Amino acid sequence: MTSDASGAQPDLRPDVLHPDVLHLDRITKRFGPLLANDAISLTLKQGEVIALLGENGAGKTTLMNILFGHYTADAGSVTAFGKPLPPGNPRAALAAGIGMVHQHFTLADNLTVTENILLGTRSLWSPGLNLGAAADRIAALSRDFGLAVNPAARVGALSVGERQRVEILKALYRDARILILDEPTAVLTPQETEALFQTLRRAVALGLSIVFISHKLHEVMGVADRCLVLRHGKLVGEVATANTDRHALAAMMVGAEIAPPALSPATPGPALIRFANVSTPDQGAVPGLKRITLDLRAGQITGLAGVSGNGQGALSDLLSGLAVPSSGEISLGSTPVTNWSPRAAIHAGIARIPEDRHKTGTIADFSLTENAILERYGEAPYSRKGWMNWRAARDFTTHVIATHDIRCPGPEARIRLLSGGNMQKLILGRVLEPGPKIILANQPVRGLDIGAITYVQKRLIAARDAGAAILLISEDLDEIIEMSDLIHVLSAGRLSPAFARGEKTPAELGLWMAGQGFDMETSRAA
Amino acid sequence: MRLEPIAAPTLARRLGFPAAALALTILVASLLALTAGANPFATLGLILEGAAGSRFAALETLNRATPLIFTGLAISVAFRAKLWNIGAEAQLYAGAIVTVLLGTGLVPWPLVLPVTALVAMLAGALVLLGPVLLKTRLGVDEVVTTLLLNFVMLLFVSYLLEGPMKDPGGMGWPKSSPLLPEARLPRIVEGLRLHWGFLLALLAAVAVWVIQTRTTLGYEIRAVGQNPRAARFAGVPVNAVLVKTALLSGGLAALAGFSEVAGLKGHLSLDLSPGFGYTGIIVAMLAMLNPLAVIPSALFVAGVFVGSDSMSRAAGVPTYIADILLATALLFMVLAILLTRVRVVRG
Repeated sequence: MTSDASGAQPDLRPDVLHPDVLHLDRITKRFGPLLANDAISLTLKQGEVIALLGENGAGKTTLMNILFGHYTADAGSVTAFGKPLPPGNPRAALAAGIGMVHQHFTLADNLTVTENILLGTRSLWSPGLNLGAAADRIAALSRDFGLAVNPAARVGALSVGERQRVEILKALYRDARILILDEPTAVLTPQETEALFQTLRRAVALGLSIVFISHKLHEVMGVADRCLVLRHGKLVGEVATANTDRHALAAMMVGAEIAPPALSPATPGPALIRFANVSTPDQGAVPGLKRITLDLRAGQITGLAGVSGNGQGALSDLLSGLAVPSSGEISLGSTPVTNWSPRAAIHAGIARIPEDRHKTGTIADFSLTENAILERYGEAPYSRKGWMNWRAARDFTTHVIATHDIRCPGPEARIRLLSGGNMQKLILGRVLEPGPKIILANQPVRGLDIGAITYVQKRLIAARDAGAAILLISEDLDEIIEMSDLIHVLSAGRLSPAFARGEKTPAELGLWMAGQGFDMETSRAA
Repeated sequence: MRLEPIAAPTLARRLGFPAAALALTILVASLLALTAGANPFATLGLILEGAAGSRFAALETLNRATPLIFTGLAISVAFRAKLWNIGAEAQLYAGAIVTVLLGTGLVPWPLVLPVTALVAMLAGALVLLGPVLLKTRLGVDEVVTTLLLNFVMLLFVSYLLEGPMKDPGGMGWPKSSPLLPEARLPRIVEGLRLHWGFLLALLAAVAVWVIQTRTTLGYEIRAVGQNPRAARFAGVPVNAVLVKTALLSGGLAALAGFSEVAGLKGHLSLDLSPGFGYTGIIVAMLAMLNPLAVIPSALFVAGVFVGSDSMSRAAGVPTYIADILLATALLFMVLAILLTRVRVVRG
C-alpha cells in the first residue's frame, strides 16, 4: 500500500462516506474474575481527537488492545470506516488504517529510522527494495506532520522524544487514518509534549482521527475534543472538553472529589546527607553523574526532575547503597561514608522506595511477611543467633497491614497477588515504620491509582513534617512541582541549581530538562 | 494461548494433575512394554514386585534410595538459590575418597565415623567452592564448571585407583583397600542389608528442611534464589549466601559418597556411583526442591531402578525402560506442577 494508492480506495475517503471512522459496540472482556471491559461503546468521528481517561486498571489499554487485535473481545464488535473488523487480527487493524503507538516503544535499536519504519511492511533484504524512495517518503511525512527526525539515524542513538516520532511515522507510513496513542506524554518534557500536540493538530487538520489515552488531565483538556472516562471497566462518562474542567474529570475518574495533598511551607533543618562533587561512570548510552553537589536537608522534600535516563538511576543507586561514587564524597551529616552498601544505607536510617517495586522492591513469590522483613531479617527480633522468629515477623506485618490499610488475604499471602498500590503500601510500611531520617522515593506513585497516590504522598509529607530529608525522583514534572520544597533538574548527568517552590514555571523547568539551562550557565561562566 | 496464574489452586487441582502425570507415565511404560513384546500389566507388576514385593526387594530399594536422598538434597539446596550444581557426582567421589583415606587406619576407632563424615563433607564442599567462586568473582557459568569437574574427578579417581590408593591385595583390579571394620557404618538391624546411612539421610532431609524454613540462612537462600536483585537491594549479601549454599550442597553430595563406601561397598571403585549425582537432579525436581519430599521422591526413583532390574531378568524387557520411565515421569510431573499453578487460556 502506498500513499498514492490510498486515495483510490473509497474506504479511505471516509469524510464523505463514513463520518464515523471508528465504532466500538458493547465491547466486553473478562480476565478470570476481573471484568476489564464491560459493554463499552464509543464512536470516533473523522478529524476528531478523543481522550480515553481512567486510572490504572480502568480498562483503557485492554480496550485499545482489543481494537488493535491483540486481544479478542468476549462480546461486542469493532467497525472501522463502516466495515466490521475481524477480531484478534492486528494485521487487519493495520490494513484498515489503524495505527497504534504503544507506551513502550517497539523499535529495533540497531536499525536506522528508515529500516525500522519499513520493518514488517516487507523484507529488508527483498530484491528491488528502494530504501532511497522510502526515505524520501519518510522525509515528506515528517515535513507534513512536523515530526523532525533524521531517516538515516540509528534508533539506538535517538532520544525518547525522537523515538516516539519514529513510532508515529511508522503508523503514518502505513497509511494510518486512525492513530491510537497510549500514554504518549509519560516520557516527554513539556516542550516535547507541546511539539507532539502540534503534530496531532496537524494530523487532525489532514483528516486523521486520534484516540489519546492519558491520565494527565491538563493535557487532555488541551488536546482532546471529547473525553471518555472509564472506571473499573465501565464507561462512566462522556463529555465535550469545552463543557468540563479538570476537577469534574478527576471526580469522574475516581468517583469522588479528590483534593491533592496540601504542602505547608517547609522548615528545613541541617543537611543529613551530602553529595560533594560526586561522579559515576557512564553506563553505555546512559550518562553517569557529572560532579554533582547536593545536600538533603531535614524536613524538606527535594524534588529531582528530569527525563528518565539522565542519571536518576545513578543517584538513586548511590543513595540506596548499591553503588559508590567513582570520585567525590558522600557524607552522612559531617562524617564521610566508608564501606557503603545497601545494608550500611539501611543502618544509616535511609528508607529506600525503589523505582521498580515488582523487581527490586519485593520478591514476588515471598509472602507479605517475608517481604516486610526483607531489609531487617538479620536483626532482632526477626532473627536471633541465626534462627528466624516468624512470630515477630508476622506481628510486624500484621501491624503494617493495619496501619497502612493494605488490602490482602493476610500476612501469609504471596505478594504477587497484591495490586500495585497495596504492594507499594507494604514497601512504605517496611521502610517508614523504623522512623527513617532520610527517604529516597524513586517514582513512588508511578502506575498507582489516585487513591494510592494520595496515600503515598500524604505519608511522605507526614515524614517530612516529622523531620525526614526526602529525595523525590520522578519523570512526572507535575508530581515534582506539586510535592517538592526545592527542585533540582538532572540532565545528561548534570545537576541544576536548586529552585525554590514556585520559582520556575513548568516550561522553564522543561528547558533545563532539555539541557538548555546548563548551556546558558556555561556560557555565562565563560 | 497464554498462561494465567491461579491465585489459590484448589485441592482437586493440586492432586489431580500429579495423579494424571502418574497415570500418563504408567501408560507410556505400558506402551513400551508392548513394543518390547511383553504384557504391560505383567511388566508393571514385576517392576512393583521387584521394588517392594519382598523384604529383600524393599531393603534393596531403601539402600538404593540412600545416596539419592543425599544427592537429591544437595541439588534441592543449590537449586533453591538458583545455583545450578550439576557436579554432585564429583562431590560424591570427593567424599568417597576421604572416607577411604581416613577409614583405612588414619583415624582411630571412636572418632573414625564422625571425623570421616565431617571431613568428607568438607571435601565435597571444597569441590563446589571453586566453581562458585568463579561464578561470584568472574561470572563464570557454574553449569559448565560443575559439569566438567565431574569428568576431572572421575579421571582423578581412576588415577588414584591405578596408583597411590590401589589395593595391594586386589589382584590387579582398580579398587582401593577395604575400610577397617570399625570405619564401616553398622547395619541398623543385624542380619538385614540396611545400614545407618539410610537413617543419616532421613536426618539430613529433616535438617535441611529446618535450615530452609527456620533459619536466617534458609531465608537468605530463598531470597537470593527467587529474586537476587531485590535481595541485593535489601542488603542480603548475595555472594556470601551463594558460597554458603555451595558449601552445604557440596557437603550433602559428599555424604552420599561417604554412605556408599562406609555403609555398602566398603571400598572405593570406579563403579561406586551409577550416576547418583545426575539422578539427584531428577529426585530434587520431582520433589519440587522440597527437602522432605526428597525422601519419597528418592524412594520412587530407587524403586523404579531396582524394580526394573528385577523385571528385566524375569520378563526379558530391557532395563532401559527404567530410564525412560523416569524421564517421562519427570516431564509429566514438571508439566503437572506447572498446571497446578497456572491455567491455559485462549486469546
